[in-house]
Amino acid sequence: MSSIPQLLVHDHKDNVGVVVVEDLKAGTDMLCVVTHDNSSFRLTAKDDVPIGHKIALSDVSSGDTAVKYGEDIGRFKADVTKGSHVHVHNLKTNRW
Amino acid sequence: MPINTNRKFMGYRRENGRVGVRNNVVILPVDDISNAACEAVANNIKGTLALPHAYGRLQFGPDLDLHFRTMIGTGSNPNVAACIVVGIEPGWTQKIADGIAETGKPVAAFSIEQNGDLKTIMNVSRKAKDFVQWASELQRTECDVSELWISTKCGESDTTTGLGSCPTVGNMYDKLIPEGIYGVFGETSEITGAEHICKERAVDAETGERWYKMWKAYQDDVIFAHATNDLSESQPTKGNIEGGLSTIEEKALGNLEKIGRECKFIDILEPAEAPQKGKGLYFMDTSSAAAECVTLMAAAGYVIHTFPTGQGNVIGNPIVPVIKITANPRTVRTMSEHVDVDVSGILRRDMTIDQAGDALIENIMRTANGRMTAAEALGHREFVMTKLYRSA
Repeated sequence: MSSIPQLLVHDHKDNVGVVVVEDLKAGTDMLCVVTHDNSSFRLTAKDDVPIGHKIALSDVSSGDTAVKYGEDIGRFKADVTKGSHVHVHNLKTNRW
Repeated sequence: MPINTNRKFMGYRRENGRVGVRNNVVILPVDDISNAACEAVANNIKGTLALPHAYGRLQFGPDLDLHFRTMIGTGSNPNVAACIVVGIEPGWTQKIADGIAETGKPVAAFSIEQNGDLKTIMNVSRKAKDFVQWASELQRTECDVSELWISTKCGESDTTTGLGSCPTVGNMYDKLIPEGIYGVFGETSEITGAEHICKERAVDAETGERWYKMWKAYQDDVIFAHATNDLSESQPTKGNIEGGLSTIEEKALGNLEKIGRECKFIDILEPAEAPQKGKGLYFMDTSSAAAECVTLMAAAGYVIHTFPTGQGNVIGNPIVPVIKITANPRTVRTMSEHVDVDVSGILRRDMTIDQAGDALIENIMRTANGRMTAAEALGHREFVMTKLYRSA
């Protein structure tokens, strides 16, 4: 298969990654690259996810902190399973 | 085209020593009701540029100070060869003209009361014709990259901006700030969630504390004083959310990628305030709305703007070339006419941030030499004044 990744992750501490291809379909076995050191892993997407949107890298619970860039980007407001779409329906800012 | 390694370009050296990359003759209205006369002059005299805007009447206090600072700063920008200021009455008109005249460039002032629009348009047109013919003979001369003032602000951001286009600008600053350029970033509300990182990027603890107080004041005095909801759809915007950004923290962390890994900011500027501490990176207390922010940075004297976008913000500025950088392949595909630097290879992992930074620097040098940006070719001239509160 192509060596073009479907998912990019900023930091090893992150629990979400970003879809970087168009028309990603549920069931895709994604090549995932951590940009910090170009290491890679594979993950199966559970949803159709638009380009730019996020996918959970592990199972998380409502109330857990979402981590991207190795930093706190808000809290999950629902349980999310590994490989599922993460966005405003299940993630909320801590600020306002 | 090979990377420009000698980092020289042909620019316009102005009377005060600053270097411009454009050669505008500006017809500048002091106030909203002088727009019509200015636009009539710009229609009469080819090669002149009117800058209509919405304000300038019954403002007072810091809001009026900002109005004057923006007007004088815009006319003083090195991308402006000469300027004619037109206002309803002579007092504020002359004050702005006098401020611009400190640069040494040709300036004239005209007021409308006791003349009417038609006589004013005739008088201004004659002076504008003199200025534009004079400016058209100015020659570009060789200048060094270190003489550039380059601003940045991103817009219609998405998750690709934090992965690609913002780090590209950051890489450019990491390479060019050490060469002696002036840089500036801002967007006070949009650092929310990354304020602990930004504070640490100040040159020293005292500057970091001043930055934090400024950031906190906007949170307390504006956001929490006026918010009627949780700011969803404003910060992040609907466009940001469409692009996959879920929270302000996520947006802020991507935004801050624009200042790279090495640079420290040396001072905090009021909106439209010119830097006073020499070469280096500055923070300006600005709105995160694109046209307002770019207008303020232009008024501070910056001559080229680098604008990372994800979903495809189409903004330009009348006096400063705005260079659009995107890493989003869908935006490259659907909005290619707006893209100056395509760094979507970063997402495919066939372009490094270092290579993207070099590509941006090469585009900056070509733009400085006179190449029109996409926004210039498309006629984007958004000139938007920032207003702090209701007029009297």
